[in-house]
Amino acid sequence: MKRVQFEHSPIPYLFVAPQIIIIVVFFLWPAAQAVYQSFLLEDAFGLSSQFVWFRNYSDTIFSAAWLQAFWFTIIFSTLVTALSLGLALLLAVKANEVIQGASTYKTLLMWAYAIAPPVAGLMGNLMFNPLIGDLYGFMNAVGFDFDHKLDPYDAGFVVVLISVWKQVSVNFIFFLSGLQGIPKSVNEAALMDCKSPTRRFWTITFPLLAPTTFFLMVINITYAFFETFGIIDTTTQGAPGGATTTLVFKVFQDGFRGADIGGSSAQSVVLMLLVLALTVIQFRFIEKKVHY
Amino acid sequence: MKFLSMMTAGLVTVAAPVSAATDIQFWHAMGGRLGEVVEEIAAKYNASQDTYNLVPTYKGGYEDTMTAGIAAFRAKQQPNIIQIFDAGAATIINAKGATIPVAELMSDFNAEDYIEGVRNFYADSDGNMIGMPFNSSTPLLYYNKDILAKAGIEGPPATWEEFEAMAPAIKEAGYQALAQSHSPWIFSENFHSRHNLQLATGNNGYDSTDVEILYNNDHMKMHWTKVKEWLDADYYGFYGRGWGDNQDAFVQQKTAMWLGSSGSFGGLASSAEFEFGAAELPYWKSITDEPYGTFIGGAALFAMAGKPDEENAGVADFMEFLTSAEMQYFWHKETGYVPITNAAYELAKSDGYYESTPDAEVGITQLTQRAGEWTKGYRLGFYVQIREAMYKQYDNIFSGSSSVEDAFVAMEEESNALLDRFDASMN
Repeated sequence: MKRVQFEHSPIPYLFVAPQIIIIVVFFLWPAAQAVYQSFLLEDAFGLSSQFVWFRNYSDTIFSAAWLQAFWFTIIFSTLVTALSLGLALLLAVKANEVIQGASTYKTLLMWAYAIAPPVAGLMGNLMFNPLIGDLYGFMNAVGFDFDHKLDPYDAGFVVVLISVWKQVSVNFIFFLSGLQGIPKSVNEAALMDCKSPTRRFWTITFPLLAPTTFFLMVINITYAFFETFGIIDTTTQGAPGGATTTLVFKVFQDGFRGADIGGSSAQSVVLMLLVLALTVIQFRFIEKKVHY
Repeated sequence: MKFLSMMTAGLVTVAAPVSAATDIQFWHAMGGRLGEVVEEIAAKYNASQDTYNLVPTYKGGYEDTMTAGIAAFRAKQQPNIIQIFDAGAATIINAKGATIPVAELMSDFNAEDYIEGVRNFYADSDGNMIGMPFNSSTPLLYYNKDILAKAGIEGPPATWEEFEAMAPAIKEAGYQALAQSHSPWIFSENFHSRHNLQLATGNNGYDSTDVEILYNNDHMKMHWTKVKEWLDADYYGFYGRGWGDNQDAFVQQKTAMWLGSSGSFGGLASSAEFEFGAAELPYWKSITDEPYGTFIGGAALFAMAGKPDEENAGVADFMEFLTSAEMQYFWHKETGYVPITNAAYELAKSDGYYESTPDAEVGITQLTQRAGEWTKGYRLGFYVQIREAMYKQYDNIFSGSSSVEDAFVAMEEESNALLDRFDASMN
């Protein structure tokens, strides 16, 4: 009796190897380094080093500055995600209905996608410059006592506005293709049953878009947490009074500017856990409501 | 034809490194026009001898350059020379074994050759120079002559009391009286030097890393209470924490005066479409009858450790070249930074430079003003983060979200926690 044995070919491993190597080199290895560094207190040049257990964590996370950054990040990310998803969905639904000049309209909406966050930040900074900025002048001309250099809410408004503007186009592209992927027959059948377009949207279109929306939500939260760094660095730099400092920006300030490697490693480990927890929550609880 | 000449030029540059000259890597933070002058200095040095080949590399801003140097040192890929700014001095000087003190490196080094205000800032507590001051500046008051004339004011204020007296007239003429570009540097560190006030325990941080900050004092609180009053009365303009934002307000004639750096002179001369002058940083008569000299700002060059002896000899050779009177005078004239040696200052004087451009001398006279116990400098760890804490609290004072009293308490607490951490990292 011969035992059936499948041939183990090494070729599949070879095919996944590049991806695995990239993950190990660019994610696992640096992450492990960060965890290791977060337990050490060293001088910047690494000439003296001591193991300090959780001192880096307690020094940074219990500080008023970190807590301020934590709450700002939560509020900021919620606002950026909700606004950029909502606006993009509205624009995509409207663009989907346009017949005349549709491609021009769509191209114009997608344009901002090509702009890197720091560039968007620089442009926003110019528009809100107190000496020459048009938007700054406009806000004051219409009666707001607008001063983002000193008012925390105004500064928050500026960074949220730029971050949303930059992200709407990405979401727009995905929503639009999602909408175009909904079979015409479904829409036509719904049209026979229900006259109200709003109701049709919420009962037919939106549930069919759910996979896209869920995907975009994960992407947008990551964007708000990490990529907006470039926008904050080129506009407020966390001012006034640290009111627009996000957690990532604080890691940068302490680690890359201030040469406190242990402290910024501890912060990035906490940030990593935070995002991990958020992602788990999203996949556990929200994805259950998504029908593919 | 143009292509051909480019090709030959390319061949020449490719061929050059084949010669036996030892490369000396020099990482700096001088962008724009300043970077061009650094390149010129390197070209002059390389043309002056053929044993060494100085290779300058621009690494971004001050913080970027320091971070790049730290990362390189940890990877044992450090350059021979690195430019480190004032706020990073404690980080590099306290890391024993990261650098070779220039006083040891240069064979015939004499501290007395350097002008008074420059000598001690990058030295250890015994006065041995660790870093070579490179681009040295100091805070100055720039004033718009047209606006002052319009407001019927003779000249710039020497004291803050005089400033207070003239501010209403300037406002009457339709301008803000003052803006300022770096509150930690000008309104905190140099405020202490100008009035000879101690700013940290442990001899301003020179003697130890186990120190506490003394910014929460009555003089500082008085000054900031006044600044807040000026802001509310629209005598003082705040255009954000960016250096350029406030300089622009002066250039665009929103404010009559601006506190900037002696190194800003060249930039202002090319951008301002009005007659301006430079004057010394005002002081409070109520604190001191006569002012004291200020600290140097800017940055210094450090020779990094762990390099072969022949390269270190090249570093010493370049530093000697750089501190020669001729090079210092060239650097002073091209950039507006002050010359760091007495010989260079004498050369500039004898050349008649200050007769044609008297404003260029203000920085040096201010630096060489009488010295006090607390005018030589400060050495505080994690000072980049401490400055961040200061910016934060000054924002809060300006926006009125915290009182001057509370702001300085918060600043003191945050700074001392940072200093405590830095001290722990050194043991």
